[in-house]
Amino acid sequence: MVAETLTRLRYRYVPDHLVGEVLGRRWMDNVIPVFLLVAVIAFLTGSIPNFLAAGNLADTSRQIGEFGLVVIGMTVVMLAGGIDLSVGSNFALANITALALINVAKWSVTASVAATLGVAGLVGLMNGLLIGYLRLRAFLTTLVTLTLIRAIVTFLLQQYQVQIASSDVDSEAWDFIGTGSVAGVPLSFAVLLVTAIAGHVILTRLRVGWRIMAVGGSRRSAYNAGIPVRRTVCLSYVVSGLLTGLAGTLYAARLSGAGPDTGLGLELAVVTAAVLGGNSVGGGRGSIGKAIVGAVIVSLLTNGVVRLGLQNGASAMVVGIVLLLAIAIDVRWNKWRGKLQAKVYVSPAYLALPPVPPIDSRSSSPYAMNDRLHDVEIIGLGEIDGPEDVILDEDDNLYCSVRQGDIIRFLAPDHKRREVYAHVGGRPLGMAFDKDGGLVVCIAGMGLYRVDSSRGIQKMTAETNRSRFSIIDDSRMRLADDLDIAADGKVYFSEATIRYGFEEWVVDSVEGRGNGRIIRYDPATGTTRTVLRHLLFANGICMAHDNRSLLFAETWGCRVSRYWLEGPKKGATEIVIANLPGYPDNINRGSRGAYWVALAGTRTPTYDLAMTMPAFRRRMARRVAGDEWMFPNVNTGCVVRFDESGRILESLWDLKGRNHPAITSMREHRGHLYLGGVTNNRIGRIGIPDADPEWTGPASYWGDRR
Amino acid sequence: MFERISRASISQEKIVLLIAVLLFCVFSVSLKGFVSSGNLLTLLRSVSTLGILGIGMAFLVLGRGIDLAIVAIYSASAGWTLHLANGGVSIWLAMVLGYLLALTAGVLSGVLVAYVEIPALFATLGMAAFVFGFVRYALVPLYVVYMPASGASIAWIGGGFVFGVPVPILFFALIAVLGFLFLRFTKPGRFIYAIGDNFAAARISGAPVRPIIILQYAISATIAYLAGIITATAVSAMDTDVANSSMIYDIILVVVLGGIGLSGGRGGIRNVIVGTLLIGILLNGMTIMDIEYTLQNVIRSLILLIAIVIDSIINPRDEQIAQQGDI
Repeated sequence: MVAETLTRLRYRYVPDHLVGEVLGRRWMDNVIPVFLLVAVIAFLTGSIPNFLAAGNLADTSRQIGEFGLVVIGMTVVMLAGGIDLSVGSNFALANITALALINVAKWSVTASVAATLGVAGLVGLMNGLLIGYLRLRAFLTTLVTLTLIRAIVTFLLQQYQVQIASSDVDSEAWDFIGTGSVAGVPLSFAVLLVTAIAGHVILTRLRVGWRIMAVGGSRRSAYNAGIPVRRTVCLSYVVSGLLTGLAGTLYAARLSGAGPDTGLGLELAVVTAAVLGGNSVGGGRGSIGKAIVGAVIVSLLTNGVVRLGLQNGASAMVVGIVLLLAIAIDVRWNKWRGKLQAKVYVSPAYLALPPVPPIDSRSSSPYAMNDRLHDVEIIGLGEIDGPEDVILDEDDNLYCSVRQGDIIRFLAPDHKRREVYAHVGGRPLGMAFDKDGGLVVCIAGMGLYRVDSSRGIQKMTAETNRSRFSIIDDSRMRLADDLDIAADGKVYFSEATIRYGFEEWVVDSVEGRGNGRIIRYDPATGTTRTVLRHLLFANGICMAHDNRSLLFAETWGCRVSRYWLEGPKKGATEIVIANLPGYPDNINRGSRGAYWVALAGTRTPTYDLAMTMPAFRRRMARRVAGDEWMFPNVNTGCVVRFDESGRILESLWDLKGRNHPAITSMREHRGHLYLGGVTNNRIGRIGIPDADPEWTGPASYWGDRR
Repeated sequence: MFERISRASISQEKIVLLIAVLLFCVFSVSLKGFVSSGNLLTLLRSVSTLGILGIGMAFLVLGRGIDLAIVAIYSASAGWTLHLANGGVSIWLAMVLGYLLALTAGVLSGVLVAYVEIPALFATLGMAAFVFGFVRYALVPLYVVYMPASGASIAWIGGGFVFGVPVPILFFALIAVLGFLFLRFTKPGRFIYAIGDNFAAARISGAPVRPIIILQYAISATIAYLAGIITATAVSAMDTDVANSSMIYDIILVVVLGGIGLSGGRGGIRNVIVGTLLIGILLNGMTIMDIEYTLQNVIRSLILLIAIVIDSIINPRDEQIAQQGDI
């Protein structure tokens, strides 16, 4: 008993599930670079006296400013899936162009800067045309432009080096570019900050930035999505060229000198910085922030190597080692993180279920197994794939939500003719009619949608308030499951789990943690709010007959509860049926004040025991292939009728399991019950002898209000 | 399909060969002294180092890899050999140590590519910087290392003649023949083609892809060291700073120009020879025409650019099977 209590406490208070969630977040990419940055600063501050002194810092920050601009350009190119090795030569070209125009040709500062940016941008455009439009390989092409531009720079040096060195510029504006400060921040660094912020906004908020990310993320998918891939790739090189030109101009204004070693090997340091910051080689993953972190690390390191008085060659050695380390970590991290996350994401918790009521056919239990579903009438056999929910309108037409993302309608009176009522996409699950005859649908992977009576489809909501400390983004709906509509028009719907999508819903059963929730959407105000959290696979939802409370089913909890919407217990939750013999799915109203609940599967002693042994299930999840896992039994189910107090009135089973092995939904309509199953290929119809032959769902909800 | 590709790759080689022959004819007619046997031997000799390094690079490119560290290994290992000999170490021991340095660097590149799975471009780019930096920082403090007197016993490697033919040309021929035999008739040679054609398929079929990749880098390092010794003995010095020059691009130029696709699996030693000849004729002709060195660089870069444009048109990247992140 003590051991059991300890297990319960341990799994309640130790948040195992956060490990997998943290690993899935993009900001994890920044952890290693930022840690490295702190380590480098600590090391250099410790080993170099006055490293953080103001004068030194100002000088360093100018270098970081120029270097950082080039790194941002490289990052943009890398995000689009390429690489730009020509930046070193292009930097030198911009430097000598600016100096030649200012010092020798005596152009105005504005004209010189504009012309310099133009020249550097043209180099970028050349790369872009070759790589984007002619689809050459980025690495080799920019290697060649590197030599080409370097040869041109050497040529220009021969012409102008002496004249540049011997002339003097008397321009305050030019001096300001080289040595000025804005509000105490050196100009180069200020330019870097402005560029970084603008770049971040463009990449994360504007269309062109999203296109760049998309092309780098998956070129083929981007093309198929209609993104102009070639133009986007070309654009990224132009951006890199322009930023390199800007950096070269700042450098020219600061040092006023051109030599053969200007920008030599710069491309190596820039690539190192971009990768070190956490930008992925090959695109798709990265950000401006990462570029800045990488740029600062590499600047400080190369600066530090010089200031430590190490010999020539040491700088190349350090950059080489750091580049190799950075890419090795990048490659391994990408490979390991996915594997590790796949291993630890499933994090089982402790769940002790109450004892199972007897279901033996000879017992007097209301759950006693029978074969009453043997003689169902079959509708749409083989024509539909997985009718998770079924519903009927006032005119007796039958609707069901199927796997292909359709709402299928079988026309009254005989339900022989079939048509696609609406194609909503996603995986439509629970349905309900609202006051105006619109069909509101929960769609897994999409959210809450409405099909109006003229078959127009509108999104109602796909986003709720995010919980304050959640690691995964729970504002989006991954698995909206079932809904019902209150008399005032508010829609209450369940999201089964926030940790898995529909295709993995069954994995949530291994966890047995309250991952589900109930959300309220108010069409009057358009607001969406989470009402209840931590539910064990929140599933069926049904308004009570008096509309003062709602009933909801928790599948892995094997129970039905009531949530009070008004009255003295408003806001409180109480259990209505504590121990069902199986896993409840949808709940719906029945005639004569009763309710129906579908049991998708039956509890087994083994699985109930396993739910109290989280360590066992975790071991299983880590060591055994997914298709060998132990899952709850969802092969045999039944339909249960109960009254307002939770007393079980009767249950309907299909012993042979031929027509309705697992039942996920049922609707009572004019004395008949219609049955659907998420893995079934038919809808069943059976007469209920003691039901009210005139009772219909729409009338029960809206009869007196329409 | 296969037929079309093989015909296409042959045609690029033929085009280059045709251009080389044309240039040769034009230069023979227009340039005085171009066609003399003395100048032709000089031409061959001047590009033999390039050709040897090109063969080393070809071993990598055929397996869809690349070795950007080949020049750093070439200059650093030969430079260290001379530096050791200068310091009194016997020339033979110095050569063994120098070779060990080259081999270590090559194997390290191979391990980084094969086991750590760093893309070859970055692994060797980083190795190039590291090898140059490490050797300059820790082993050879000078830019240019001169040949010591004890080096006279190996001076024939770069400076000797056999029947009037300079030894470097013979080495080029020897390595070409050995490389051809290795690639054509040995198991590892065939595996290199298999890896270049389809890495995953080669791996699934049971080819020892990782050891083969290391072997490729070991071979290229060995060839680089040999080329380094040839250069060092030919000019009696080694300039370690050549690692920062555009030499690596010339080597890639020779390989790609000859018709070895950068996507791997296609081509052979013959293509390297064709590419080397074209570059040799071009450089020799431009030198005789007295074109300025910077301009020569521009022209060479433009030719390389045209070569990779043609390569990408004849052997287009297949977007459907191209790997994400393959740049």
